[in-house]
Amino acid sequence: MSNLTKLTLSAARDGLKTKDFSAVELTKAYLDVMEQRRVLNAFVTETSDIALKQASLSDIKLTKGNAGAMEGLPIGIKDLFCTEGVRTTACSRILETFIPPYESTVSGKLKRAGAVMLGKTSLDEFAMGSSNTTSTFGPVINPWRRKSNFASPLVPGGSSGGSAVAVAAHLALAAIGTDTGGSIRQPAAFCGVVGIKPTYGRCSRWGIVAFASSLDQAGPIARNVRDVAIVLNSMVGYDPKDSTSAKISVPDFEMALTRDIKGLKIGIPQEYRLDYLSNEISKLWDDGIAMMKDAGAIPVQISLPYTKYALPAYYIVASAECSSNLLRYDGVRYGLRIDGKTLDEMYKKTRANGFGKEVRRRILIGTYVLSAGYYDAYYVKAQKVRRLIYDDFNKAFQNVDVILTPTAPSSAFGLNEIDDNPIAMWMNDIFTIPTSMAGLPSLSLPAGLSVDGLPLGLQLIGRPFDEETVLKVADVMERSIDFKEIPSLLRD
Amino acid sequence: MDESIFMSLDKDIVRNIANLARIEVLEDEIDSIVKELSNILQFVEQLSEVNTDDIIPMTVVADMKLPLRADVVTDGNCRDKVLINAPESFDGFFLVPKVVE
Repeated sequence: MSNLTKLTLSAARDGLKTKDFSAVELTKAYLDVMEQRRVLNAFVTETSDIALKQASLSDIKLTKGNAGAMEGLPIGIKDLFCTEGVRTTACSRILETFIPPYESTVSGKLKRAGAVMLGKTSLDEFAMGSSNTTSTFGPVINPWRRKSNFASPLVPGGSSGGSAVAVAAHLALAAIGTDTGGSIRQPAAFCGVVGIKPTYGRCSRWGIVAFASSLDQAGPIARNVRDVAIVLNSMVGYDPKDSTSAKISVPDFEMALTRDIKGLKIGIPQEYRLDYLSNEISKLWDDGIAMMKDAGAIPVQISLPYTKYALPAYYIVASAECSSNLLRYDGVRYGLRIDGKTLDEMYKKTRANGFGKEVRRRILIGTYVLSAGYYDAYYVKAQKVRRLIYDDFNKAFQNVDVILTPTAPSSAFGLNEIDDNPIAMWMNDIFTIPTSMAGLPSLSLPAGLSVDGLPLGLQLIGRPFDEETVLKVADVMERSIDFKEIPSLLRD
Repeated sequence: MDESIFMSLDKDIVRNIANLARIEVLEDEIDSIVKELSNILQFVEQLSEVNTDDIIPMTVVADMKLPLRADVVTDGNCRDKVLINAPESFDGFFLVPKVVE
């Protein structure tokens, strides 16, 4: 029975079709493993009753022959997607008891496609973080360990750390996350799994707890490229409820995996070759370039001159948008309330008690950069720099089809190695943030292990709405890399 | 760009932005917040090196016009659903502390 959790999503889909096992059996296998590995703290809320009910309905549909694309496949849902009747917290104290009376568009689509919801996965509070340590429900633990220090627990990355761990530790076939500045790709890299942030506008943001609305985008995390393509198929599409949702035709992403990348031009941005980039990450990147060459693609040196300004511009834009979005937590309509003598005192006490330190910090910075006298110097300036970053990519994509970079400047770090300086934490996202600022599709895939035995990821970036090329190239690289390592925790 | 605007924060500015953000900040926290926020502002100050003359600010990356929809009611009649998560409600209304003397 436990072998069922070793299957990839596509293999599980085949097994359900050929009736090798039932959706209920598959779901039960996952619920068992979830229980055994609760120490990882990947799930905030487990929904085993709902999962078993959905699985038995899936079994009926599979028998009748009217199964959906995700029929009977158990997945985790980041606790940022509103799920009707199931508590949705954003891992914040301020939403600790919130039970949405509606379903987010993306989770609703997956449900209708037959996916089985195992539970809600953990994240950094309001998706603000790169370590999944700021959740009000405690840190999430990476199933990987360093060879040199097996006892010391590592972070899974963030903010979608619970989703990445759920996939890496085989607690789910796949999980969905959101990515604002790297929150799918960086944890995917730290946990040795595949994650894709689609183009901004590809997935509806309706019903996702908002962080920075011009950047937030939903996407899947899974064990391989084919599996993310399958899940992505059931997440995308125009939604009139999200005014930035793209009215554009949706391809079948699984069909994009043609294995042919001959003649494709692969951009290698020189600005990502940082002075302090470790030798092992440089080598990983070079090996990736060599693999592409072997597969018939053509590496091309490119320049993205405004890269170094993406991080400061991002933190202005994202903090400004977060300070505005999070004003809705007022102790009146939903969430926590701390009483006060006046309405203002109630707001202030509620928000001081409801938000954690990092969220408070970003709200304050955001409020400052939007305040009278500073708006043009900070916010408008950052929006102008954002356009320069966007233009950098636009120019590059006149000559190349896809861009290859490392996903993160390091491997997973220790829970007890977190620097008190927030900027040091932000540096984790140095390679993922420019793509977010430009709204481009971008995928991270595991490309090797560090000397100390930890997974390292490479990132592929595509043209707007060209997830197909990104997935096609990733699939070819995945076959060449043949990453077979499994997390320390899962070894017998 | 006016460089003088990038001055460091002081306690009064922090009190003011905390008030604007409606977040209670205790007096003994203010010094450390001034330091934290000043570090961040110092970090983002590097943007002043970038020449952005004649650059149009980018508000949204999606290459699209704001969509228009028909002016018809598509939602509503769900008062109880709207109130279901309210910390305090009464007789179909949200309850708040008294605002008018």
